[in-house]
Amino acid sequence: MQVPAPFGYERATSVDHAIQLLEQLGPEARLVAGGHSFIPMMKLRLAQPEHVIDINPLAAELGTISIDGSDLVIGAMARHNDLLGSAVVGEHFPVLHDAERVIADPVVRNRGTIGGSLCQADPAEDLSAALSALHATAVIRGSGGTRTVAVRELHTGPYETVVGDAEMLTHIRVPIRNGCGSAYEKVERRVGDWAIAAAAAAVWMDGGIISDAGIGLCAVGAEHFVSTDAEAVLRGQAPSDDVIAAAAAAAAAGCNPTTDQRGPAEYKRHLAGELTARALRRAIARAQGAAA
Amino acid sequence: MTDTAVPTSAAGNPIGFGRMLRKEDVRFVRGHGNYVDDVQLPGMLHGAILRSPYAHARIVSIDTSEAEAHPKVHAVITGATLETLGLAWMPTLSYDTQAVLATDKVRFHGQEVAFVVAEDRYSARDALNLIDVEYEPLPVVVDAKKALDADAAVIRDDKDGKTDNHIYDWEAGDAVKADEAFAAALADGGVVVEQEMLYPRSHPAPMETCGTVAHMDPITGKLVLWSNTQAPHAHRTVYAMVAGLPEHKIQVIAPDIGGGFGNKVPIYPGYVCSIVGSIVTKRPVKWMEDRSENLMSTGFARDYHMKGRIAATKDGKILGLQVDVLADHGAFHATAQPTNYPAGFFHIFTGSYDYGAAHCKVTAVYTNKAPGGVAYACSFRITEAVYLVERIVDCLADELGMDPAELRMKNLIQPEQFPYTTPTGWEYDSGDYPRALQLALDMAGYEELRREQAEKRAKGELMGIGISFFTEGVGAGPRKHMDILGLGMADGCELRIHPTGKAQIRLSVQTQGQGHETTFAQIVSHQLGIPPEDVEVIHGDTDNTPFGLGTYGSRSTPVSGAAAAVVAERVREKAKIIAATALECSVDDLEWELGRWQVKGDPDNGKTIQELALLAHSSLELPEGVEGHLDASAVYNPPNLTYPFGAYICVVDIDPGTGMVKVRRFIAVDDCGPRINPMIVEGQVHGGLVDGIGMALMEVIAFDENGTCLGGSYMDYLLPTPMEVPMFELGETVTPSPHHPLGCKGVGESATVGSPAAVVNAVMDALKPYGVRHADMPLTPAQVWMTMQGRPLRTDLAFTD
Ligand SMILES: Cc1cc2nc3c(=O)[nH]c(=O)nc-3n(C[C@H](O)[C@H](O)[C@H](O)COP(=O)(O)OP(=O)(O)OC[C@H]3O[C@@H](n4cnc5c(N)ncnc54)[C@H](O)[C@@H]3O)c2cc1C
Repeated sequence: MQVPAPFGYERATSVDHAIQLLEQLGPEARLVAGGHSFIPMMKLRLAQPEHVIDINPLAAELGTISIDGSDLVIGAMARHNDLLGSAVVGEHFPVLHDAERVIADPVVRNRGTIGGSLCQADPAEDLSAALSALHATAVIRGSGGTRTVAVRELHTGPYETVVGDAEMLTHIRVPIRNGCGSAYEKVERRVGDWAIAAAAAAVWMDGGIISDAGIGLCAVGAEHFVSTDAEAVLRGQAPSDDVIAAAAAAAAAGCNPTTDQRGPAEYKRHLAGELTARALRRAIARAQGAAA
Repeated sequence: MTDTAVPTSAAGNPIGFGRMLRKEDVRFVRGHGNYVDDVQLPGMLHGAILRSPYAHARIVSIDTSEAEAHPKVHAVITGATLETLGLAWMPTLSYDTQAVLATDKVRFHGQEVAFVVAEDRYSARDALNLIDVEYEPLPVVVDAKKALDADAAVIRDDKDGKTDNHIYDWEAGDAVKADEAFAAALADGGVVVEQEMLYPRSHPAPMETCGTVAHMDPITGKLVLWSNTQAPHAHRTVYAMVAGLPEHKIQVIAPDIGGGFGNKVPIYPGYVCSIVGSIVTKRPVKWMEDRSENLMSTGFARDYHMKGRIAATKDGKILGLQVDVLADHGAFHATAQPTNYPAGFFHIFTGSYDYGAAHCKVTAVYTNKAPGGVAYACSFRITEAVYLVERIVDCLADELGMDPAELRMKNLIQPEQFPYTTPTGWEYDSGDYPRALQLALDMAGYEELRREQAEKRAKGELMGIGISFFTEGVGAGPRKHMDILGLGMADGCELRIHPTGKAQIRLSVQTQGQGHETTFAQIVSHQLGIPPEDVEVIHGDTDNTPFGLGTYGSRSTPVSGAAAAVVAERVREKAKIIAATALECSVDDLEWELGRWQVKGDPDNGKTIQELALLAHSSLELPEGVEGHLDASAVYNPPNLTYPFGAYICVVDIDPGTGMVKVRRFIAVDDCGPRINPMIVEGQVHGGLVDGIGMALMEVIAFDENGTCLGGSYMDYLLPTPMEVPMFELGETVTPSPHHPLGCKGVGESATVGSPAAVVNAVMDALKPYGVRHADMPLTPAQVWMTMQGRPLRTDLAFTD
C-alpha cells in the first residue's frame, strides 16, 4: 500500500473559511476536493503538503449547476457525475457530456470535481479543452474579493494555474449564445485512460455561417488547450468539408505534442487534426439541429 | 454447452462433475476472505523496502543512522547486515544467485537496497526517506539485442570471471534435418517465410500484491510464515536449504490469495527480509509490497525476441520450422521452470501441425531489468511458442495467398496419429484437432465473415479475422524428467472420511482463485458419491497438508486432481472390503453404484459410503490385515503431461483514422477433456481470453534509455476492462487424456496461451491493405497507426521521435 507523508488536516466550513485557512497555513497548505488527483500524488509522495484543507463540506454551496442570466454556472464542487447527469448541460453544451463520458471511470467521476480538474491542470485534462472551446470563464475568489479569468487564461503551464496560493476557484461560467453546436472526440488506449489526444469543437452558427468557433485540444501541447488558428479559419465561413479540413490542418500544425508511451508526436499530431475534423463535423451537425 | 446429467445432493449440487456455485465464494462475496494483509498478530511490526532509482550503479555508501534514529523504527537492514548472516544473496529457481539486498551494485530500477522495520507502515515508509545512499551510476544495458556487444557493460561482475552478459545457449530439435527440409522445400519450388517477432515483457499483475508476515518465535524457534505463495511446500524446503532453518520448524501458510498467474511462484527479497526482520526484532513482521513495487520488481513474464523461419510446399504443406530466440532475463537469471528446461517448454513451438523437421536455439542474456521470467499463465513459455507458430503460419498463408483456416486444416495432426511424437520430442497424448477447428469456424460463421470483410474492404473499412490453434502441455510433470531445484514434480494428497461420512481432503496445491475448494470436492464426490458440500478441501498450510510442488503451469487438476482421484479410489476399494465384511459376501460379488457398494444382481442389498464410513470406525470385525478407519494417502507422479488444445477465432474492427482496435467477437473452442465443473472451466477461459486481449492490445513493460521501468503503475501498465472485451462465445469438444485417471487435462492457461495470436492475426489481417505483415504487441492505437504508415514501433523500448 502506498502511504502519504505526514500532513495536517482541516475541514473548511465555507468558502471564506477555506480562504482564511489557506492564508493562515501558508503556501504548503493545499485544498483537497475529490482527491482523485491530489491523493494519488500524495501517496506517491510527489506531493507532500504540510496541511490539507478538505473542501468537501462546501459541496452544497459550490456543487450546483444552474442558469444565471445568459450563463450556465457550474460550481467548482460539482462532481463529474453531476455534469454528466445534468439535462441543462446536455441541452446547451453536449460537448461536456461527450467529454464526461470518456473522463476516467464511474468511480472517479462520482468524486472528482470540476474545480479540481481545472486546478490540477494536467496537460491531458479533458474539461480544460472542452470549456476553453466554449469560451468559458473561471470565477476565482480570495480574501480581496472575486475575479474572473477566461478558462483559456487559467493555465500557465503543466500543473500550473493563475489561481493564487490563497485563492480558490469557485465557479465556471459558460456563456449561452444562440446557434451553438459542440462535440468532443478523444482517443485513449483503454477506457478510463487519459487521452492520447482529444479535441473539442464548438461552433455558433448564424444564417448558415460560422459566426464564432472554439477549438480545444487536449494532451497535444496546444498553448492554453486551444487552437486559435483553427478558430480563425472557421470564423465567417459556411461549413464545408474544405473548411473543416483546413481547420483540422491548422489544429494539427499549431500543436506541439511530445512523444511518450502513448505514442509518437507524429501520431498525436495526426490525431489532433483527425479529431478536430470529427468533432467539428458533429458540432456543426448539432448546431444545424441534426442528431449527432 | 453440454451438461452431463448427474444426480444432485440435498443442497442441489451435482454428485460429481457438473455446474455448481463455488464453495469458496460464500466467504469472498461477503468480504470474509482472509488474505496476508488481513493477518494481524500481537506486537506485529511493518517492513518497507528502499529501492534503487538507478538501473545500474555502484553503491558507494549507505548511511542508515537517521532512519535508525526515527522514534518508531526498530531495525534497518542493509546488504551488509545480511552478509553477516550469509543471506545477502539467495539462489534463484534457475540455479543463479540474486541479491536479497544490494551490496556491491544495483542492477535494475527498483532493486531492493534496504529494509526498514517500524511500528506502522507509515513510519516504515517515512524512514526510507531518511536513508542516504550514494550511488555511482554505470552504463546500462537496456536493449537485449545489444547485451552481447563487446562494449556492453558487464552486469554480473559479482560472478567470478564473468566478462559478458551471456547466460546460456540451448537447443532443441534436429538442426541438420531442419536445414535439409528447408533446402528441399526451396529445391521443389516451395516457399520459406521468415519473420521476426517480439513477445514483449508483460507482468502477471495480480490484484493482490506479494507479501508476507514472518513470525520467528524466539522461544520455540519456530518460524511461521504467512505468505501468498503459489507453492507453499517448495518454499518451505527452499527456506530450509537457504537459510539453514530446520525444515520441521518452518510452517508456511498461504491463506486466501488474490491472483497469482505465476507472480507468486518465486521467493522474493521482501520475504527473506521480513524473516530476518522478525529474527532481529523478535517480533512478527509484515511486509506487503505496493502496486508499483509489484510491477517494477517482481517476476515479469515473456520478453522473447524470436525469429522464425517456416518452410512449406507451394500448395501449403508445412515442411519445417526453425526458431532463434534471444531471451531477456533481466539482471538475475530467475526464471521458474523445471531444471532440465532452461527455456521452459518453448520447444513445443512446432504447434499442432504434422511435419518432420524443427529446430530452435535460445540464447539468454542479462540486462538491467527486473528478474523473473515466471510462468504468467504461460505453461512454461508455451505462450511464446504458440504465438510464434500461430503468427508465422499466418505469415505463410499470406505468402501463399491461402486462407489461414484452410492452411491450418491442411496441416493439423490427425486424430488417428495420437499419441503423436513431435520433432522436438513431446508426446501429445490425445486430440481431435480438425473437429475443434471446424466447430470454431462453424460457430464464427467463417465464410460469412470473410464475405463481410471483402465488402468492407471495398469501402475502405478495416475488419480482420484472426485464427489461432494451440496445443498446450500442462501438468508438470513426470518426476524422472521434471524437478524444480531438485524437487520432483509429484504431488501428495490425503483423504479422511470421518465416521459420519463427511470428508476432508488435504492438497499440496494452493488456489489463487481457480476454485480448488469446489473442484477437488467434486472430484471426491465423483469418486465416492459424497455430496460436494460434505467434502472440505484443506490446502495452503504446510503443517496440515502433504508435500507437493504447488499451483502454476495449469498443473493442479492434471497432477493433484489425479492424486485426489487416486486417493478416493483407494478409499473406495477399502470401503469395498468393509462392505463385503458387513454384507457377508465376497468382494468379487460387489459392484459400485455411485455412492454405494451393492451385491451384484441384488441391488437392494448394499451399503452407502456413509454407512461404510461409520462401519469402518465401528467395532465391526475386519478381515485379517485390514486396518480400521477410512483414510488414504497417495503421491501422484504423472506419466506424461496432458495436452489440452483449442481453436480460437477473433474478429476485430479498426478505425483507420485513429488506429483504435475494437474486438468485436471472440470464439473459443477448448478441449480440456471432461469438465469437472464447466462453470469454473468457463471462468478460467474467460479470464485467459481477457488476459490475451490485454497482452495483444495494451500490456507491456518497456524501459527507457536509462533503464527506467515505464510500466510501474496501472496508469502505465494497462489492464483490459470489460469495455475492451466482447461477450465471449465458448465451445467445447471433449477428448479425454488416456493417462489421467479422470481423463482431465489442465485448462488454467489455455486461453492465455492461445488467444494473443488470434488477436494479432486479426489485426494484421485487417491491415492487409497496407502491405505490412507483422507488428509487435501491444497493438495500441499508436502502434496500429504507425503500422499503417509502414513503420511499426519497437514496443520494448521507450518510443522516440
Ligand atoms: C484513474 C483516473 C483516471 C482519470 N482519467 C481522467 C481523464 O481521462 N481525463 C481527465 O480529464 N481527468 C482524468 N482523471 C482526473 C480526474 O478527473 C481528476 O482527478 C479529478 O476530477 C480532479 O478533481 P478532484 O476533485 O479529484 O481534485 P483533487 O485531487 O482534490 O485536487 C486536484 C488539485 O486541484 C486543487 N483544487 C481542487 N479544488 C480546487 C478549487 N476549488 N480551487 C482551487 N484549487 C482546487 C487541489 O488543491 C489539487 O491541487 C482521472 C483520475 C483518475 C484517478
